[in-house]
Amino acid sequence: MRDLARARPESFFADRFNVTSSLLDRVLGTNLLGKVDDADIYLEYCINEELQLEESTVKKASRHVSQGAGVRAQAGARTGYAHTDDISISNLDEAARQARAIADRAATSGTIAVPSRGRPHDLYALAEPPIAADLARKLDLLRQLDGAARAADPRVRQVIVSLTSEEVVMLIATASGFTVGDVRPLTRLNVTVIAEDNGRREIGSHGGGGRVAFDWFLEGARWRRYAAEAARQATLKLSAVDAPAGATTVVLAPGWPGILLHEAVGHGLEGDFNRKGTSAFSGRLGQKVASELVSVVDDGTIPNRRGSLNVDDEGTPTGRTVLIEKGVLVGYMQDRLNARLMGMRPTGNGRRESYAHPAMPRMTNTFMLAGEDDPEDILRSVKRGLYAVTFGGGQVDITNGKFVFSANEAWLIEDGRVTVPVKGASLIGAGPEALTRVTRVGRDLALDEGVGTCGKDGQSVPVGVGLPTIRIDDMTVGGTAPLP
Amino acid sequence: MNPDLLVSALARATRLGATAADGYLVEDSHGSASVRLGEVETVTHARQQRLSLRVFVGRASAAASTSDLSRESLERVVEEATSLARATAEDPHAGLPDPATLIGEVPDLGLEDTTGETAPETRIEAARACEAAALAADPRITNSEGAECSDRRARYAYATSHGSLRGYATTAFGLNVTPVAAEHGEMQRDYWYSSARVRAALEDPAAVGRTAAARALRRLGARKVKTTEVPVIFDPETAASLVRAIAGAASGPSLYRRASFLLDRLGAKIAAPAVTIVDDGTIPGALGSRPFDGEGLPTRRTPLVQDGVLVSYLLDTYSARKLGLASTHHAARDGAGVTVGTTNLMLLPGAASPDELIRSTRRGLYVTELIGFGVNGVTGDYSRGASGLWIEAGELAYPVEEVTVAGNLLEMFAAIDGVGNDLALRDRTASPTLRIGRMVVAGN
Repeated sequence: MRDLARARPESFFADRFNVTSSLLDRVLGTNLLGKVDDADIYLEYCINEELQLEESTVKKASRHVSQGAGVRAQAGARTGYAHTDDISISNLDEAARQARAIADRAATSGTIAVPSRGRPHDLYALAEPPIAADLARKLDLLRQLDGAARAADPRVRQVIVSLTSEEVVMLIATASGFTVGDVRPLTRLNVTVIAEDNGRREIGSHGGGGRVAFDWFLEGARWRRYAAEAARQATLKLSAVDAPAGATTVVLAPGWPGILLHEAVGHGLEGDFNRKGTSAFSGRLGQKVASELVSVVDDGTIPNRRGSLNVDDEGTPTGRTVLIEKGVLVGYMQDRLNARLMGMRPTGNGRRESYAHPAMPRMTNTFMLAGEDDPEDILRSVKRGLYAVTFGGGQVDITNGKFVFSANEAWLIEDGRVTVPVKGASLIGAGPEALTRVTRVGRDLALDEGVGTCGKDGQSVPVGVGLPTIRIDDMTVGGTAPLP
Repeated sequence: MNPDLLVSALARATRLGATAADGYLVEDSHGSASVRLGEVETVTHARQQRLSLRVFVGRASAAASTSDLSRESLERVVEEATSLARATAEDPHAGLPDPATLIGEVPDLGLEDTTGETAPETRIEAARACEAAALAADPRITNSEGAECSDRRARYAYATSHGSLRGYATTAFGLNVTPVAAEHGEMQRDYWYSSARVRAALEDPAAVGRTAAARALRRLGARKVKTTEVPVIFDPETAASLVRAIAGAASGPSLYRRASFLLDRLGAKIAAPAVTIVDDGTIPGALGSRPFDGEGLPTRRTPLVQDGVLVSYLLDTYSARKLGLASTHHAARDGAGVTVGTTNLMLLPGAASPDELIRSTRRGLYVTELIGFGVNGVTGDYSRGASGLWIEAGELAYPVEEVTVAGNLLEMFAAIDGVGNDLALRDRTASPTLRIGRMVVAGN
């Protein structure tokens, strides 16, 4: 796979499929000139490897190759999209003809949109991409993780460790004569533990990753912490009591609980929903939507992060977009189509799951900026409430703004002290209101460990989130026990 | 489609030292049209193919797949799968099913529409009619996320290194719309859909649009309620998600990993006597039907829960051997190899009409949408965001939002005291309306 990992996207597609930049120009020129506002061809080649260990042996190993091309033509708000997994000039010609026929139905005269051409970043150049790392070393790490998780606690009964490595080579050529490519490594290591005690069973899970080399997991024995953390969570939950039900004060721990932002405001600030006027945040630019302690950014330029990209999937360099500044809504995340229709600038948030999916506005790494409070002081300030440390997934209804996210590890706060662990429970709130009730923001901003995947319209993309310790007054906790 | 590619890939694996192998070749074409506020928004068209292999070297196995069906790429995939298999550990339970149990003649389950390709214009017209009906339903329907009409045509070939080669073809048609209702500064969206194996079985687009509009409209004026413990009625769509949770806990991989609240419960009472759940892959023309599973074994009708008693797990060959049982023919192929999947999964209907269930509830919550992932498959602990309608004196009184419903799935299924007569197999998993005697609803 070394040839793939080192490839320059242009020469990679030229060598492999005989598809060169000048031929792409010809396809776009011949097929897409005319009444379209924007057009592009996206080429992609992806290798994915999954290794899984359970019952202390490596049982699953798989390798997958996907390749294809998507051709898009846009006129007004219309998009024609055709894709094929057979990358050849004749197929691209045919896909381009179809895309144009699809988009070019009305007589809107348009000029081809010129994407902002800033320089692509170089955020994840790796000496050895994870897909190319030696298989024996990977399998050895899985076995070591298994041993560490089992050694962590005698109540650990099952350990499942998985390692996925991926490399995507992409090339995009636009009708304005702009060609840009990217080689994107991605890896993720995860450990899941089932603990048992007196007939009660619980599950704990932890992991991390990013656009990093395999050796990153070995640095400072990161992997060892994943094992310890998964075992700790599973065994802790064995003694958890029922979570409370009702509205209470919630303190969120730093890092992964930033999924709150992703659901509460992130999706609602994606350009497509706002262009259509179907977001709870539509038409609210310049308005106060959060407490003045709250500033939220989406930043696709952080080196080696899971949600980062040198260029987005439309060729626009990623950026740092301020969404909420001191409580005021100041920006949306945009792809080219929605930026053009709203008269705004693309922000480098046009993303797609693969060549088989059209791009749309998506988040990259979304987080709240640090405040000034001491995290311990924040906990001490709460008389009765819930301290939520780790979360499973979340979901939002973008139109009415209601969102939920599910706590996997949470504790009761009594008289300013963290006391008893409680079972998992969903927390529910309303996006435009929840952040107005943020009354404390810690100075301990942390990004998550690199495990997030976001789903929208059936497309999954890797993302990051981050949060300092924050206090939210009056959030509904979906447990079953009376409030403390 | 050229099944020879599959047969020769398996033969190559054998030459490279594999002791057994099986694989799938899938070819599909897909088209869709979406319309928003009457204008065409996105039209897509695609063809895809993928060959996936599972290779055994003794009792060690590995999987590989590719969408690049060139000779060079296929040779590389076979080599990689075979060398990966050598790197994995021996597992005494690994292996293909007994060739004698593979499907013989493939039955025609009516899964393919043979009336020809759909023209893009046909999709656009259907989406337009569907959205137009939603927009026209009420002046408070002011906006739309759009309507989409799509169809897919797929061919499957399955082969083993023992020389078996079987195939079938399917089609699927779908139509959905998401209108937005607004009043007094509040916005609510909802959706409705129709899906079918043959185009003629799709519901009338205008009827789908009107249903979606009614669903969005009834959410206007939604409020939170005070935290309380009341009977909760799940409409058929949300009830189906509860049935899926039971199937997930009854699936082989969850069980042999001891990650299931149904562990060691075979033959035990796990639900109220009114609950019977079956998985039936043989229903002609149904969306979840298929002639054979991901390992070439004929699909069947499997009672999962009979009168409240768990009577079967859902197993593929591997998980069955691990548990000392026989496969229930529920293997499904995924990217990483073989897993367990359901076909048409249904909770069978009872006698009460949904109206009767509501009328006999003095005070409670009628749930029409669930969001979030708060289901713990290991413990059965359940906590999800909900919206719906409040029941007061046996009547649907006002819409409710921003609340959670919570409990434990085993306790919830034991507390089912009403099963509706309104089962409709609109999707691969279906349930009639269900009433659960008591659950905690958290709000203010």
